[in-house]
Amino acid sequence: MGVRAAQRNPAEAQKIEAAEKQKSFGSFLQKRTFFLPWFNAMTHYKTHLPGGKHWSFTMRSGSTLRLTDIEGNGNAGMLLYNPQNLLERYNAPDTLKCQHTFHLTKGHCLYSDMGRVLCAVIDDDLGWHDTVCGTTTRAMIDDKWGKLTYQQALNDFRQSGQEAFLVEALKYGLSRRDMAANVNWFSKVVADDSGNLTYVPNHSQPGNSLTLRFEMDTLVLLHTCPHPLNPSETYPSQPIEIEIAAAPPESADACKTSAPENGRGFANNAIYHQHTAHTC
Amino acid sequence: MLKESPLNPSHAISRRLVGAGDFFLEPLQKGQTLRIVDVEGNQAADTLFYNLADIAERYSAVDTVRTQGNIYLEAGTRLISTEGRVMLEITADTVGRHDTLGGACASESNTVRYDLEKRHMHSCRDNWMLALAINEKYGLTKRDITHNINFFMNVPVTPEGGLDFDDGLSGPGKYVEMRAEMDVLVLISNCPQLNNPCSGYNPTPIEILIWDIA
Repeated sequence: MGVRAAQRNPAEAQKIEAAEKQKSFGSFLQKRTFFLPWFNAMTHYKTHLPGGKHWSFTMRSGSTLRLTDIEGNGNAGMLLYNPQNLLERYNAPDTLKCQHTFHLTKGHCLYSDMGRVLCAVIDDDLGWHDTVCGTTTRAMIDDKWGKLTYQQALNDFRQSGQEAFLVEALKYGLSRRDMAANVNWFSKVVADDSGNLTYVPNHSQPGNSLTLRFEMDTLVLLHTCPHPLNPSETYPSQPIEIEIAAAPPESADACKTSAPENGRGFANNAIYHQHTAHTC
Repeated sequence: MLKESPLNPSHAISRRLVGAGDFFLEPLQKGQTLRIVDVEGNQAADTLFYNLADIAERYSAVDTVRTQGNIYLEAGTRLISTEGRVMLEITADTVGRHDTLGGACASESNTVRYDLEKRHMHSCRDNWMLALAINEKYGLTKRDITHNINFFMNVPVTPEGGLDFDDGLSGPGKYVEMRAEMDVLVLISNCPQLNNPCSGYNPTPIEILIWDIA
């Protein structure tokens, strides 16, 4: 009955989803932290990734990821996949066209190619993040900033965004064929009326942050390699702080109602979660 | 930039009409020229390219727009691969502007954009799925369905960061032509979308012409 109702009625779909969230991993932990304070340490993890590095992790549905540009002028490249079905992944064109936007900011959702919301941008200091300029390749890094190998510089060697994504991708059975248009958090590239692209320097200030609330379990590939249009004369190497926490159930409501399209995207998530038992 | 082609259709080695909602999946050799004709106007040709010798190397929308510093494709645009190499170059164009940001319509994205109950409608991505499913010899699967070109489609971006789907600039008989700079596999879905003006709410045929090495 629930699914049919969800198909007919978005309000019903939201109710189903709210009920689903009551059962979710995030709220499970949140409720119990009241009784088990030491558990709190496990619901919140904070670390940082130095500039030019990579990491990957799986975000649970109902948890938040907060990224902070510690020194300013940072860039965080990101690709996202459904760990239960790696063929489902972040789709930049679907994300942009259904929200009629060329950039990402608070209120926007990141969509998979299957019409579902992977995560929602529930907080953002910057107002603009790029998802149309791709990432750096080995050749671009070497041409622009000069090759610096591990033998020369140990862990300060100059990595490229493409290699960073591939190293993390291989850990999950993904490869070159699974690369896609990525997000470049903290970076801004505008297009004028003729379509000409301009990179906006000094867009991100020290301490600027954004928060994503995950609406389904999501594999995140993350790197801190430079934006490919960064005009800096030296290899940009800015660290990014990463905080993972449980999210209040209603924290993505503004994203759900920011456009009728997003209401339908969340309805797709509700249908998906209704039929699979993987949310905890 | 509008640029007419000097090529004569009567000299083409291949001419094929692709009906609305049908696909075209064929190799194109280095040096050969491919023309897509918007036969009746207001159509969209959702297109992907793969390096025939290494299908993991494919057309990259983001590398193409970043390399040329402009989001619209036109005569002179070099279509760049995921490895940063030139796959094809647009050698003639009587339309003026083509999109590569909007992606392809899909059953799943139709549910988000229009209505959950429109999931059954035919789409470019389903069209590609069928093309790959019945042409296993190329070894392509869903993971190879990536961020495409929408020839004839007009998706203007505003300086404020908005993006819209406008009525096309194309018209009956207008065409775009490109020369292969490597051996490529061409995958085109002639868009069956009925929910927005990209096909004028009335999808129509495209014609594909190929000329051999000049």
